[in-house]
Amino acid sequence: MSSTSNLLALVLPAAEVDPADVARTTDSIDMTPSLILVLAIGVLFATGVYLLLERSLTRVLIGFILIGNGANLMFLVAGGRAGGAPLIGTTPTDQMSDPLVQAMVLTAIVITLGLTAFVLAMAYRSWQLHGHDEVQDDLEDRRVARPAARNAPAFEDSDTEESGATLDDEASQVYDETDGDGDGETDVRDAGRAEKDVPPPGRPGTEGGEGR
Amino acid sequence: MNLTYGFATLVPLPVVLPLFAAGLALALWRHPRAQHIISVAALSLVLAASIGLLVGADNGPIVVDVGEWAAPVGIDLVADRLSALMLTVSSFVLLCVLLYSLGQGVADGHDKAPVSIYHPTYLVLAAGVSNAFLSGDLFNLYVGFEILLAASYVLLTLGGTGERIRAGSIYVVVALLSSVIFLVAIALTYAATGTVNLAQLAERLPDVDPGVRMTLQLLLLLAFGIKAAIFPLSAWLPDSYPTAPAPVTAVFAGLLTKVGVYAIIRTQTLLFPDNRLDTVLMWLALLTMVIGILGAVAQNDIKRLLSFTLVSHIGYMIFGISMASEAGMAASIFYVVHHITVQTTLFLVVGLIERRGGSTSLDKLGGLAKIAPGLAILFFIPAMNLAGIPPLSGFLGKVGLLQEGVAQGTPLTWALVVGSVVTSLLTLYAIVKAWNKAFWQTAPVELPSTGTPRGMVGPTTALVAFGLALTFAAGPLYSYAERAAGNLMQPSTYVDAVFPDDSGRGQGVSSDLVEEEQGGEGS
Repeated sequence: MSSTSNLLALVLPAAEVDPADVARTTDSIDMTPSLILVLAIGVLFATGVYLLLERSLTRVLIGFILIGNGANLMFLVAGGRAGGAPLIGTTPTDQMSDPLVQAMVLTAIVITLGLTAFVLAMAYRSWQLHGHDEVQDDLEDRRVARPAARNAPAFEDSDTEESGATLDDEASQVYDETDGDGDGETDVRDAGRAEKDVPPPGRPGTEGGEGR
Repeated sequence: MNLTYGFATLVPLPVVLPLFAAGLALALWRHPRAQHIISVAALSLVLAASIGLLVGADNGPIVVDVGEWAAPVGIDLVADRLSALMLTVSSFVLLCVLLYSLGQGVADGHDKAPVSIYHPTYLVLAAGVSNAFLSGDLFNLYVGFEILLAASYVLLTLGGTGERIRAGSIYVVVALLSSVIFLVAIALTYAATGTVNLAQLAERLPDVDPGVRMTLQLLLLLAFGIKAAIFPLSAWLPDSYPTAPAPVTAVFAGLLTKVGVYAIIRTQTLLFPDNRLDTVLMWLALLTMVIGILGAVAQNDIKRLLSFTLVSHIGYMIFGISMASEAGMAASIFYVVHHITVQTTLFLVVGLIERRGGSTSLDKLGGLAKIAPGLAILFFIPAMNLAGIPPLSGFLGKVGLLQEGVAQGTPLTWALVVGSVVTSLLTLYAIVKAWNKAFWQTAPVELPSTGTPRGMVGPTTALVAFGLALTFAAGPLYSYAERAAGNLMQPSTYVDAVFPDDSGRGQGVSSDLVEEEQGGEGS
């Protein structure tokens, strides 16, 4: 939970800055953050970071959403205490809440929504191709690491141990901590396609109207 | 209403035009021909507007309040010398890469690839880059970043092959994380100062507690450091870039990391002019240069090799920024301009090599100098430029950095000077290795006898020529960079431009109100 305490350390001094020192647009904003909000931010960030470290895209996505919401709450804290609707005529000026943070949170929520949809689509595509949504190891990394391991047998490197029959098998191996039976089902056919380098982009003779 | 058509009219165009064109291109997805015309026209206009701004900004920053809402209540767009210069180079590069991809047959080789999505996304990317360069507001900068990143996610995973989804996962997750860090930094900045307007922040941040200020600076550096791929935050880059189609990789390599570098320059000079993290930045610059280039030496695939040199050369720019002097900043700006051009060119050339030789693996290529001498020239010039061989522009940028490093003369800057030279030599080594293997050695396997479409060679040649022009025009360009650096080292120039004394701006009073109060005597 160290991230939580770090966050508290971050938020508290930032919020405790004396409003008198800093000329704010509205001088009367009470900047003492609500402890519950701060705790919620801490919990959201801690759980979010934990999930981000997972290998499954879906979990990473949930982690991102949690952290994103933590950041949004942080904006609310940054706006000072809650107040009435910031419309002239409905609320006295000194009791209004800060509308700017709400606008920023709304923007951030919309952006998060769009990106969430994109990552979900990517996870789905990964599931279509491989039967799972786990992030695979990089083939080229292993290709570079192999000769290095061969040249220096004394240099023990368990990571480049040849566990699979081919480089593809090795790279496509799935390391899912929660996968009990350990069957990292992989569509080897597809990994094989990746090995043969993505075909050169572009089709000759199609749509090359420009400049021919 | 203020309807004088000055340079200020040009400022929103680089953002608005591509966005509008993107919508149009999306609506016309059934008509590839119309899409091509729209994209090329939009980016050409952006280039023209940027050149206009480049000229206009030389007389001082141009500020536009979006929607006539005055800063700091409204969002403002600011084009100063640095923004205008970055904008011009990036829009030229974007246009060339677009023409290249048109010549290539657009975007992807797979039959089912969503080709119709390529143009709108590419235009959105252009809008995001322009928005990031022009933004005078921290939150708008974030929005600019998100626009360009969202577009880049789509471009990187275009076609959705297994390899691209793998690379895309890494890229997207890292980018999402950096965005959240940026968002947190903005929230904390707002909590501490009550504003996100850059000029107002520059006025208020000095009053903030130094510890809090340091925290904000670190968070912003962290967020931008991931985007700019500074070691140790650079591991995602060589993993994800090489799998994308050649034009996409080219534009990513040229522009996206430089947007991060731009954001670092902007925030370091404007918001945190007391420079307390310069020592940290210097160490990071040194490590980025050396470790990046050592990674490049080990690679056996040209695309990955170039990705590692990209990481490595970000170190040069950070070196210039970290010296926090006018000369260092000028050298950095010049280097950014040079590097955008040369790195994009090289990736485009690699696209041609891939087309001609059927692979980018150095083990499979060979003898290209004999069968495609034109290609060899196109590769050789930017490659030598990247390595910094005199008299090319890479050499000039490096000389500027080295001079300032020696002039400052602290042990750390000397270490950086040595590191820069070593990195430069190792770049030469890595590039020559690629040159020898791909162009000189006899081909290990028979190369396919495909030709390279003229539509692809043309824009590449234009970029190579532009890289050479940077060398010939280095005098004026360098002095422009020096003037830009002069502005940057005097944050008051920027602040005064956004909040001129003689108007209601700065109090958030729109010009309409000012006019009313003054009985309509305002402009």
